[in-house]
Amino acid sequence: MIELIDAALVTELTVVRRDGRPITYPLIPMWNGENVVMTSSILFSRKLEHCKDNPRVSLSFSDPVALRGRQDRATIQGDARVIDGDPHTDWEWVLPLWAAKEPVIMQVLKARVAFPLFFERSVIEVVPRRVFYWPDGDTSRPPLVTVGPDSPPSAGTAA
Amino acid sequence: MDVRAGVAMIEAGDGLERLAKFPFALLTWVGEDGYPVSAAVQPEIDASAGTVAFRAPAGMTVPLGGEISLTGSHIRPQPGVGYDERRHVTVWGTATHAANSSSDARLTFVATAAWGWDEATIPFPEYVERQVGQSHRYLARLSRETGRLVRPRLSLGWLTLRATRLPFLSATFVPVAIGIAIAAVQGYFDLASAVLTLIGAAAVHLALNVANDVFDAHLGADDQNVNPTQYSGGSRVIQYGLVSLRRMTLISAAFYAIALAIGLLLLLTRYSPALLAIGVLGIVLSLFYTAPPFKLVYRGLGEITTAVGFGPLMLVGAYVVQTLGALHPEPFVASVPIALLVALILYVNEVPDRSADARAGKRTLPVRLTRQAVVNLYVVAASTAFAVIVLGVLAGFLPLPALLALLALPLVGRVRDGLVRYYEQPYGLMAVMAVNIRVHLYVGGLLLAAYLLVLLVSAIVPGAPLFIRWR
Repeated sequence: MIELIDAALVTELTVVRRDGRPITYPLIPMWNGENVVMTSSILFSRKLEHCKDNPRVSLSFSDPVALRGRQDRATIQGDARVIDGDPHTDWEWVLPLWAAKEPVIMQVLKARVAFPLFFERSVIEVVPRRVFYWPDGDTSRPPLVTVGPDSPPSAGTAA
Repeated sequence: MDVRAGVAMIEAGDGLERLAKFPFALLTWVGEDGYPVSAAVQPEIDASAGTVAFRAPAGMTVPLGGEISLTGSHIRPQPGVGYDERRHVTVWGTATHAANSSSDARLTFVATAAWGWDEATIPFPEYVERQVGQSHRYLARLSRETGRLVRPRLSLGWLTLRATRLPFLSATFVPVAIGIAIAAVQGYFDLASAVLTLIGAAAVHLALNVANDVFDAHLGADDQNVNPTQYSGGSRVIQYGLVSLRRMTLISAAFYAIALAIGLLLLLTRYSPALLAIGVLGIVLSLFYTAPPFKLVYRGLGEITTAVGFGPLMLVGAYVVQTLGALHPEPFVASVPIALLVALILYVNEVPDRSADARAGKRTLPVRLTRQAVVNLYVVAASTAFAVIVLGVLAGFLPLPALLALLALPLVGRVRDGLVRYYEQPYGLMAVMAVNIRVHLYVGGLLLAAYLLVLLVSAIVPGAPLFIRWR
């Protein structure tokens, strides 16, 4: 699973709005050795608000193009935590992970004066609870389901 | 309308049409345990009916009667860079069993809402600009949560550069330096007053830049603009919350105070009625460029005000400081091409701003003229600037080396072509605006070089024929 996360240029983060509607946002997923982390500008911070209101989220790894040719697919359910004490600096520890997937970001950062609000950011850290995995990417076949040690009590949607 | 309130929801039918262009869709719902679930499906979209059907993923229970969504998402990887061609769309509806289906796994829904972004239709800088309101809401929430004021920041150096629009000082240095050089060629030069003139003129310019942001914020022009570039749309430090309106007002006042103090010092030490008139007119035009009650730029007088202020006033003003008020046709003639070219900087920079300016009641020339007229006027004005140099040399007002300025003439063609090609593309116009600024800078620099050459040659070969004399 870590290889899939490392390969992915983009994941689809789904958060749940207060009225129960699921909303999906494309983001760059990064593995920090323990959890999946993503970073979001305060410009696009509705997802951050939703994560704070309801930390139950999912991450989908489904697009072979964004997965750099990989055909397997996965959805990770987990609990999100928003790290945003100081949006000017508190996200900068993810820069090496970010630059590994989007090298141009280091050049853009040098021109921070041109995009000051884009570089006021927060980090979303997702602790995985359950994984649905399709080894060949075919969702007409049931996924393999892996449940983490602190997973929710009910498998709920899995058959 | 708050154009910076974010990217609006799109029509559900439009969302379905967009979704149909993706190779697959991500089906998402919220499970009984409250966690979202997603799985890839192949949707069959009937955009005209506003419906979509798909086979539910195996081994998973999609809730009937609950809201579900289908998302399409696309990027194009660019190895060594990242990716581009970003676009995504999400369509919502309530799942039901598909009619006439023998399988319970076949589901359908009527699209009820949609949302998405495609950078081909909304460029990323505009997308960013439309989200500024959301960033303020988030920081306000963060401030409440943390119990301290959380604001966006920039380092002092970058903030100063941005808030004052420091790089535009070339528009001041060019005419002032030429005015001083012309005086020097005529035998007048005082280093201390030359330096003071440069600092004072720069202070007026910076005061104007900051005041322009303050009054545009009051009058709403910058708020309405979602296509700012590094050359247009103001510094935006107020809109971004980087500097408060009050602080910007104080900064502008401080620059005006510096300019006024230097102006008074020059008047006391190098008084002339011409200097007094130019100084007073310069400050008045600068202040009322955007400020009520005159709001010159809002009344369609911005280009003329800029031409007068950064042409004759700066150039002749610097000249009369050196000559103690003595006047001569030469600085007036030299100021005409500079005036025209600096006005054209504003003029071209106003092209991407024209929609926002129109909404704010700012009647700039690009707001009032047709696309073709804007391009034609640019060509006429720029050609006139070069024609004045040639005629000035032929008439004996300008030195022969001033013809060096013609080296910049090909750039006019590049600006014209760029205007034609990118007129409707604010970000495509950025390179055009940069070239246009170089036309002013190069012509000014070459005119200055011409006068320095005249000084040098005159020192080496006194009486050398550097001006055409017809008699």
